[in-house]
Amino acid sequence: MEKLRYIKNNYWLYLFVLPAVVLTIIFKYLPMYGVLIAFKDYSFRKGILGSDWVGFHHFERFFNAPNFEQLLFNTLQLNIYGLLLGFPVPIILALMLNQVRKAAMKKNIQLFLYAPNFISVVVVVGMLFVLFSPTGPVNKLVVAFGGMPLSFMSEPEYFRPMYILSGIWQGAGWSSIIYVAALAGVDPELHNAATLDGASLLQRIRHIDLPTIRPVIAIMIILAAGGIMAGGGDKAILMWNEMNMEKSDVISTYVYRIGFQQANYSFSAAVELFNTVINLIMLFTVNFIVKRVNDGDGIV
Amino acid sequence: MDSIKPTKMDKVVLGVIFTLLVLLVVAIIGPLIYMVVASFMEPTALLNKGLSFDLSDYSLEGYRMILSDDKIIGGFLNALLYSSVFTVITVSVCVFAGYPLALDDFVGRKVIMTLFIITMFFGGGLIPTYLVVKSLGMLDTIWALVIPGAVSVWNIILARTFFRGLPKEMNEAAKIDGASDFTIFFSIIIPLSKPIVFVLALYAFVGHWNDFFQSLIYLENQDKYPLQLVLRRILILNKVDPNIVSSIKEQAELARLSELMKYAAIVVSSLPLLVMYPFFQKYFEKGVMVGSLK
Repeated sequence: MEKLRYIKNNYWLYLFVLPAVVLTIIFKYLPMYGVLIAFKDYSFRKGILGSDWVGFHHFERFFNAPNFEQLLFNTLQLNIYGLLLGFPVPIILALMLNQVRKAAMKKNIQLFLYAPNFISVVVVVGMLFVLFSPTGPVNKLVVAFGGMPLSFMSEPEYFRPMYILSGIWQGAGWSSIIYVAALAGVDPELHNAATLDGASLLQRIRHIDLPTIRPVIAIMIILAAGGIMAGGGDKAILMWNEMNMEKSDVISTYVYRIGFQQANYSFSAAVELFNTVINLIMLFTVNFIVKRVNDGDGIV
Repeated sequence: MDSIKPTKMDKVVLGVIFTLLVLLVVAIIGPLIYMVVASFMEPTALLNKGLSFDLSDYSLEGYRMILSDDKIIGGFLNALLYSSVFTVITVSVCVFAGYPLALDDFVGRKVIMTLFIITMFFGGGLIPTYLVVKSLGMLDTIWALVIPGAVSVWNIILARTFFRGLPKEMNEAAKIDGASDFTIFFSIIIPLSKPIVFVLALYAFVGHWNDFFQSLIYLENQDKYPLQLVLRRILILNKVDPNIVSSIKEQAELARLSELMKYAAIVVSSLPLLVMYPFFQKYFEKGVMVGSLK
C-alpha cells in the first residue's frame, strides 16, 4: 500500500522513465523474442508467430555448410589475435604516459594519441586503401627498399595484420585513458619509499604501478572477451572483398550478406544466435579464469 | 616531481620511454599529415613523385570537386540532421530515465535497472531488430536511425551516477515547499546538469556522425544517405558520382578524378571533428572517468 501511495505521489518520476522502458521493450526485448525465427522458416507475410517451425534445421545447415569451419576459425583468429596484440598496448601506453611528469607535455601527447578515435571507421578503412594501394606511399617505400609492390588490401594473408594494426592505431590511445586514470590514484609516497629501498624505475612500474591497475585490467579483459565474436563487424564489412574473403569472411560479414543481401532472415538469425552463444561462453570462461587469477574478483 | 634523484639507469629507461612516446605520436599523426598534404596535390604528380615540395604539383581541384558534389553536400546535411535529432532524443531519454533511478526510495528501481542491464549482455541481434524496425514501417526513414538506438544503458548509468552526486537537501526542501517532481527536475536538477548533458550529447553526436552501419541496413534511397555512406562509395567502393563524370569519357581521366576526390573527401569529412575535439577533450575524458567509477 505504501508503495502504491509512493507511485501515486511521484507519478512524474514514472513518466520520466517511461520512454526509456517502452523503447527498451520494443527495440531490445521484442528482438529477443524475434530470435525464434532462427527455429522457423520466417515469412514476412505470416509473421513471427505464424511461420512454420523447422527446429534446428538452420543450425544444421550452417554446421554442414562448406565454409562453416573457415568462418568459425576466421572469426576466432581475427578476434583472438586482435585481443592478444591489442589488449596490452593501451596498458603499456598508460604506464609510459605515467612517467611523463610535466602535465602540459602529457596533455599534448594524449591529444595526439586520442585523435584517431575521432575518425570514422569508414575513413580509417579508406585511408588504408589509399596508403596501402599498389601505387600508394607504403608500396613506394617497399619498392625503394628493393621489394615488389604488395597488394595489401586484396591479398588474404594481409587482411588480419591490416585489420588488427589499424585497430590498434585507431583505438589504443583512447583505450589508455582508463588506465591513466587508475594510475593517477597511486600514492607517490609508495614510489618514494621504494626508491629509498633501491628499487629501479622498472621495478617500481612492475611492483607498484601494475598491481594498482590490476583490477581495471581484469574488468577490461572480461568485457573484451565477451565481445570476442562480435568485434568489429562493421570494419570487416568495409574491408571485405571477393579477393581477400578467404580470411576476411567472418561470422558478422556472413550474417550481413545472408541477411541483408539475400534476405534469408531465418538462416542469418540462426548464424547470429550461434555467435551470441559462443560469446557468452567466452565471457563466462574468461570471467572464471580472471576470478581465479585475480583473488575472486570478476564482473559476472 | 620525485623528491629523490633518479639513478643513471632510471634516466636511461626514462629516455627510452620518452623516445618511444614521440615515435608513437609520429606514427599516429604521420598518416594524417600525409592525407592533408596529398589532398592538395595533383594526382599524377602524387602518383609519380609522391609528396613533393614543388608548388606546381599542387592543386585545389580535389576540394573543388568535393565541394561541388551534391552527394557529399547532401550527405553532410543528412548526417547533421540525423546526428542532431539522435542526440536530442537519446540525451533526453537517458537523462530523464537516469534521474528517478538515482533516487534511493524510488519504488521499482531494481526491476527497471535489471530490465536495462540485461540488454547489455543479451540481445536479439541484427536480424530480429531489423524485422522489428521493418514491421514498424520505419525502413528508409530517419526514425530507423534515431529511435532504435536511443536508449543507451551506459548513458543512463552515467546520468544516474551524476545525479547521485548532487546534494539531496535541496530536493527535500523543495518537496516540503510543495514542489512536484516535475518542477524539481526542470527548475533545480536540469540547470545543475549541464556537464553531464554536455558529455552525453558529445558522445552521442560523435558516435552517430561516424556510424555507417545503421544507415547501410536501414536506408535504401541514396538521397537520404549520410556522409559516411557517401564516403564509403567514394573511398571503398571506388565509385565516382555519375553526375560529375557523365561528361568524362576516358577511363584514365575517371581514375584520376576518383583518386583526386579520395584525399579531399577524407580531409573534409574528418576535419570538423578533429578541429573541435581538442576543445572538448576534457569533457570526453570526464565521460570516460565517470563511466569507470560505476
